[in-house]
Amino acid sequence: MTVDPYVPLPYRVLAVHQDTADVATLDLEPVGAAIPEPKPGQFTMLYAFGVGEAPISVSGAPVDGAPLVHTVRAVGAVSNAITRLRPGQELGVRGPYGTAWPVESADSHDILFVAGGLGLAPLRPAVRHVLANRDRYGRVSLLYGTRGPEDMLYREELTEWRRMLDVEIEVTVDHADRTWRGAVGVVTNLIPRAGFDPAHTTAMVCGPEVMMRFSILGLQSAGLPFERTYLSLERSMKCGMGLCGRCQFGADFVCKEGAVMRYDRIAHIFTVREI
Amino acid sequence: MLGLDGLQALVEALVARGHDVIGPVERNGAIIYDHIAGIADLPAGRTDRQEAGSYRLEARADGALFGYAVGPHSWKRYLHLPRETLFRVRRVGEELAFDPPAAPPKRTAFIGVRACELAAIAIQDCVLEGGNYVNTGYAARRAQTFLVAVNCGDPAATCFCASMNTGPRARVGYDIALTELLDAERHEFLAEPGSDAGAALLAYLPTRPASDADWQAAAAVATTAAANMHRHMPGKELKEALQGNPEHARWDDVGGRCLSCANCTLVCPTCFCTTIEDHSDLDGQGARRLRRWDSCFTRDFSYVHGGAVRTQTRSRYRQWMTHKLAHWWDQFGTSGCVGCGRCIAWCPVGIDITAEAAAFVEGQSHGDA
Amino acid sequence: METLERIVLEQKIFADLDPEVGTLITGCARNHHFEPGAYLFHEGDEAREFFLVRHGEVALEITSPGRRTLILNTVADGDIVGASWLVQPYRWNSDARARTHVRALGFDAACLRDKCEADPLVGYAMMKRFMPLMVSRLQAAHMQLLDVYGRPEGA
Repeated sequence: MTVDPYVPLPYRVLAVHQDTADVATLDLEPVGAAIPEPKPGQFTMLYAFGVGEAPISVSGAPVDGAPLVHTVRAVGAVSNAITRLRPGQELGVRGPYGTAWPVESADSHDILFVAGGLGLAPLRPAVRHVLANRDRYGRVSLLYGTRGPEDMLYREELTEWRRMLDVEIEVTVDHADRTWRGAVGVVTNLIPRAGFDPAHTTAMVCGPEVMMRFSILGLQSAGLPFERTYLSLERSMKCGMGLCGRCQFGADFVCKEGAVMRYDRIAHIFTVREI
Repeated sequence: MLGLDGLQALVEALVARGHDVIGPVERNGAIIYDHIAGIADLPAGRTDRQEAGSYRLEARADGALFGYAVGPHSWKRYLHLPRETLFRVRRVGEELAFDPPAAPPKRTAFIGVRACELAAIAIQDCVLEGGNYVNTGYAARRAQTFLVAVNCGDPAATCFCASMNTGPRARVGYDIALTELLDAERHEFLAEPGSDAGAALLAYLPTRPASDADWQAAAAVATTAAANMHRHMPGKELKEALQGNPEHARWDDVGGRCLSCANCTLVCPTCFCTTIEDHSDLDGQGARRLRRWDSCFTRDFSYVHGGAVRTQTRSRYRQWMTHKLAHWWDQFGTSGCVGCGRCIAWCPVGIDITAEAAAFVEGQSHGDA
Repeated sequence: METLERIVLEQKIFADLDPEVGTLITGCARNHHFEPGAYLFHEGDEAREFFLVRHGEVALEITSPGRRTLILNTVADGDIVGASWLVQPYRWNSDARARTHVRALGFDAACLRDKCEADPLVGYAMMKRFMPLMVSRLQAAHMQLLDVYGRPEGA
């Protein structure tokens, strides 16, 4: 009998790390069979027993014995249930689904990551991939904006990245008090200062849709063409497989032609209200 | 050629082979699809009068068994079930055990499938079986379904299958196709096999060979039916007219009329959108997941945390129509519409998708944006 | 004076400025250096001089009794600190504090306003350069206000 693609695989929680007040990062391992290795940018459907499923980007790939990692923000019944899981408990995992960040095709390019808020989570596998294959790329920069210093994700890893001499990490926050020594203001402010060459750069942008909109404008002002600007979209999803019809964005299914999409493909409808 | 006794024998043979036989029956003022035991259950001498926002049954002058067009049901309620359990899951300590429902589907036979409906089934085959992930429930049921098509003789005023190139004559996708030939002298069916299974079943039934006159009479049924359809859908130019005009004033116009009641998506034979429901047992140790029909007209359909993407009715109507008539080409290589006209009849405010389509195309040619 | 003029004309905001106009506005300019922690101006002060950061970082801050000092924005190389000098009543509406060593060009606001008033061409050349900066500053401030990373409604 064919395996029904709607049935999840059981995974066990190894560890839960509380990143901020409402964001937690879960390390998972398969109980039995594992899902295929996710590419950077892909997502899975996580099933919380009796509550439901939610599409969550993979924020750490299970390579070299590492666990499958997801960073989840508690915004609804399902995500709440997931962030409250404890080590030893199980949840269901389906996937991986969706398209990947263009880390393979952007060989020899300068790479500019622009992350806003929780948007750093889906970008993290791409950043890790690029840094693990550093000599394949030119300049590498990460611009990261969050609400406030207490909302920053992956502080230790960011510090580690910052210590690498050939990576540029710039962080800014929307609100801060004097205890914050870094930049204050929107992440687009960092773009002119990032000093990248638009002719050789590929940008990967991820964050709330409003943030992605103004980041793209900022990148465009800096001369970056739409063909080398990628973003990750979010739409209502129930299946992740192109069967339930919900995630359609124009003629594209965000679960099939996205979530990572090249901007020139969607520029014409990205700003159409309620499309 | 099959007589009435031959048709009865057809139904009985299918039942004898373990099929659940589904066919048209009259119930609550409409012709719907439900289980039939024999030809006595069919809506003999009944026809439908349909217009925008209106559906009525009337008596026919003759006793035709299939003398109507289509009713509010489509065959998707038996293939792409309105509700289906996807799996059950048990919690044992900290562990989860997932059990897919194991019951294999029953054999089914559909009697009275219209050409437009064959096209709709083919479209749903593509959507639900043709991608990287298959709706296995649909696929299993589809593989167990025997299709007996019946060519349309009496289209409704809402029909436009000829314009969509899906009818009125059934061409492919059936096991047996019947054309009802009824006059003062005879009440018979021209029966054409469309598959090995169809041919095998026909060989078993009491038939006589069809004469040239029979073939001509059957052909005339299709020609007359096509000539009696007065609605049509614009051609290739429609796709760009819709995709290129997301801010056209017409969306506000039709959005102002639409009640967002979702009738059109319920009656449409190609609409496939679903949602998922989770139910847990009271003891907290078991749960199950259901898949249920859904509609892009509900506000929740586009909900992402924070709110719906499509808050206005005009945006939801735009989504439905643009998807059905334009995006579907990009996604699946065909139109999503088969010209059955159900959405026109069953819309409580009588929105006519062909009229809306014409308005967009016309606006295009006059340079309106 | 010559060196100062060169420094003024080197600034990105004054790119392609007519050299004559450059000389004129340099007459209103002088060099500054601020130690880390020093204030460029305080909220409520008369906006006598505005600053163009050559190198370093400046934080715009707001303090109110009983509340932590909040940072509105940080500006760095090439940015202008403060817009209040452009409009009545010419008073600063936030503090500006150097976070690092800051080298800045200070422009006498009254001097510059007088020169703009005296020669409309000079005035227009200045407005053409300051307006885009102000507009993008405003747009960025709008974005900050939106709290895009905040919890979604109904969550």
